[in-house]
Amino acid sequence: MSPLSRRDFVAAGLAAGAGLVVGFYLPHGKRAGKEVFSPNAYLRITPDNKITIVVARSEMGQGVRTALPMILAEELEADWKQIEIEQAGASTLYGDQGTGGSASVKTAWDPMRKAGAAAREMLISAAALTWGVPRSSCAAVEGSILHGASKRRLSYGELVEKAATLPIPIDVPLKQSKDYKIVGQRLARVDTPPKVKGVAVFGIDFRMPGMKYAVLSRCPTIGGKMLSVDDKESKRISGVSYVGKISDAAVAVVADSVWGAMEGRRVLSVNWDDGPNKNLNTPAVVEGLKQAAAKKGTSLYSAGNVAKATGRRVTAEYHLPFMAHAPMEPGNCTANYSGSGCELWAPTQVPQDCRDSVAQALGLDPDQVKVNVTLMGGGFGRRLEHDYAVEAALVSKAVFNSKTGDSKIGTPVKVIWTREDDMRFSTYRPASLHQLSAVLDGAGWPVALTHRIIAPTIAGQKGQPVPGGVDPDLPDEAAFVYGVENVSIETVIAETPVPLGWMRSVYALQAGFASESFIDELAAAAGKDPLEYRLHMLAQDKDRDIQYFTTTWHTARMRGVLQLAAEKAGWKNALPAGRFRGIACFGCFSSYMAEVVEISMENDVPRVHRVVAAVDCGQVVNPSIMEQQIQGGIVFALSNALRAKITIEKGRVVQGNFDDYTPLRMEETPVVEVYAVPSTEAPTGIGEPSVPPLAPALCNAIYAATKKRIRVLPILG
Amino acid sequence: MIVQVAFDIGKHMANFTLRINGEDKKVSVSPGTPLLWVLRDTLELTGTKFGCGAGFCGACTVHVEGTAIRSCSTPVSQVAGKGITTIEGLSANGLHVLQKAWIAEEVPQCGYCQTGQIMTAAALLAKTPNPSDEQITQAMNGNLCRCGTYERIRKAIHRAAGGGQ
Repeated sequence: MSPLSRRDFVAAGLAAGAGLVVGFYLPHGKRAGKEVFSPNAYLRITPDNKITIVVARSEMGQGVRTALPMILAEELEADWKQIEIEQAGASTLYGDQGTGGSASVKTAWDPMRKAGAAAREMLISAAALTWGVPRSSCAAVEGSILHGASKRRLSYGELVEKAATLPIPIDVPLKQSKDYKIVGQRLARVDTPPKVKGVAVFGIDFRMPGMKYAVLSRCPTIGGKMLSVDDKESKRISGVSYVGKISDAAVAVVADSVWGAMEGRRVLSVNWDDGPNKNLNTPAVVEGLKQAAAKKGTSLYSAGNVAKATGRRVTAEYHLPFMAHAPMEPGNCTANYSGSGCELWAPTQVPQDCRDSVAQALGLDPDQVKVNVTLMGGGFGRRLEHDYAVEAALVSKAVFNSKTGDSKIGTPVKVIWTREDDMRFSTYRPASLHQLSAVLDGAGWPVALTHRIIAPTIAGQKGQPVPGGVDPDLPDEAAFVYGVENVSIETVIAETPVPLGWMRSVYALQAGFASESFIDELAAAAGKDPLEYRLHMLAQDKDRDIQYFTTTWHTARMRGVLQLAAEKAGWKNALPAGRFRGIACFGCFSSYMAEVVEISMENDVPRVHRVVAAVDCGQVVNPSIMEQQIQGGIVFALSNALRAKITIEKGRVVQGNFDDYTPLRMEETPVVEVYAVPSTEAPTGIGEPSVPPLAPALCNAIYAATKKRIRVLPILG
Repeated sequence: MIVQVAFDIGKHMANFTLRINGEDKKVSVSPGTPLLWVLRDTLELTGTKFGCGAGFCGACTVHVEGTAIRSCSTPVSQVAGKGITTIEGLSANGLHVLQKAWIAEEVPQCGYCQTGQIMTAAALLAKTPNPSDEQITQAMNGNLCRCGTYERIRKAIHRAAGGGQ
């Protein structure tokens, strides 16, 4: 902990203006300064009655800059109009700031509520002391403490000085959901006006005096290296100031403008050693998955004994390709290396990882690296990587080191990736193979089900721990929430040199597609309605708990979303001629999701008209943001299901831009209706759970239309 | 002419006067520089976004003489002297009827593509004040949104066409 006192910190913070926010969690009993009431690192109240709430997660479109402060403001009994938001950079005050796994609201729920409640209780105490009345006669209402009997009122700003002298309570009462005034409301997102006016600053928009721009020439073959570079032509391009190797497989071209750097790269001549993967292609990847399938798996979940079940056996295999996140804002990061430190402005989901990776790459200590977090033009998991940040830091350092003289100053450099860079040098959703097998009893109900997930491990490829042979994402993403008597879900780790990344819903997309397509196949084999079939599998116990790693899943909650989606979609009603429906449900990131997809077939191509989605994600913090996430997740998932496929030829990614990797456009976008099961349970994930059920529900609808099963994604080949 | 520019690209600077959001701006850039980078890097108008650099995504949409164009694929030499409008100049105070509708419908998620979406929609409404769903789809289909905000975009355009109600 820094020896700085809070007062020192506040003074420094004021002097620095509206920079990176930091707050020190004062040990109990310490006295804060008079200028500010800040009982914890998430909150500051100043005498001008301004309430600043710090958001320690990254905003990539999912609404955290609004949703997280709403949680604190609720317990604080603040007037929402008083609230100002500050984005935290990489810090040591907030625990893990990684933004992913649909976890921001879920993990911030308790800390943000407690932070608000502690402050509220202290403000009540401050008012009671000021007036000399019992605490119990005072109440916090919309940013003020009221004394009902005497009709006296003090704003939070007026109570700052007194409150800052009080001890910070440890156990504080939290509000009951029935008393919520902010949580559960459709409050407008704080980031909307600047985004529609064009003044929001994304990473790519950040600028500072003297900044240069860089693009990198990277080895086009996975695992290849640079042999030699000829930069003669590049240096003739107007504005190009530096060309240099920054790693074994990348050369940077630095210029006064992005266009200058791009032109410099266009005429750069690099001789590459294609390396060990020069013959790698997509069929070999598929073959590798098939070979890996012969290996013994590791159990993810087991119930009963699948080997002992007898009856009619049904089997199927499913295969999914590599996919790319392709966020609208291409990769970028600005870094300013100054010899003894480096400051970054990063559109990142992982500011702390950026700090640590940059420190390692530059030979600095982590506390010599400062990471500011900008807005992100989409993330979807792509910005869980730190490659942009490390590149920017290395280029800024290379430019710094190329200077001569004793009084060198840093040159801030913004590295920008083109769309082709983003498509070809990304990290991809792992390709996977799924082997499913079930045993049906005489009535057609499954008495045993086996699902083998054959896929490479993302974490393992990055050198992170894979405890017990289980990729650490699978515990959130491959639960089987049905009350089947004998179940075996297992993982088999395949190998691939293709760079892997976490893409929205991660393995849940693959697991959900295979599992929910297969359940539909079983229903068809049994000659039963797909909805009734699922409900039966969920209803054989009234509410069966299914313990999958640390999450306890409830069949009743899954039944709830299935029934809600089916009811809203009119599942029992006949469709017009030419329309067909499919249904699927899946649980991931602790939330339950069901979707009904309504299609017609036009020249063998499915056209999705309507998707009805039902979710149980516990307490909904902001219904509008929740609906955005589900609508967006479904559009994302429909893109994936129809066409998303990254292929490899001669060790290179084939796709390059939005002409050969084609996300959904308006003309293909269905109407998406979103319904939430009312709940006062603690909130669970909402960014990703809508993704997995879409592809199986769609493919099940295609089966209803054509009697053809889609077992390989993407649907359109 | 274009071939000539492409051949010389980046090596020679030329002076251009651009009429942007009603003001004349003098810039000195190589003639083949896409308008997008002149706007963003030279004039610091960063509301116009880089998405694909090839005219596929529409994030870079601006108006030239009232027509929506892709600034990433338009050399600056082609638009010198013409009236260019960017998101920053769409309205005096950032509250064009479409921007108000975008706020009312809570359209943006990440927001990166939305300025391009709004510029395309503004060009549509200027010619077709009360567009049908089909006309909206046709006009907006060139603008990608990875967050999947299309249905809210459609609602916002209808709202703006109805006078913001």
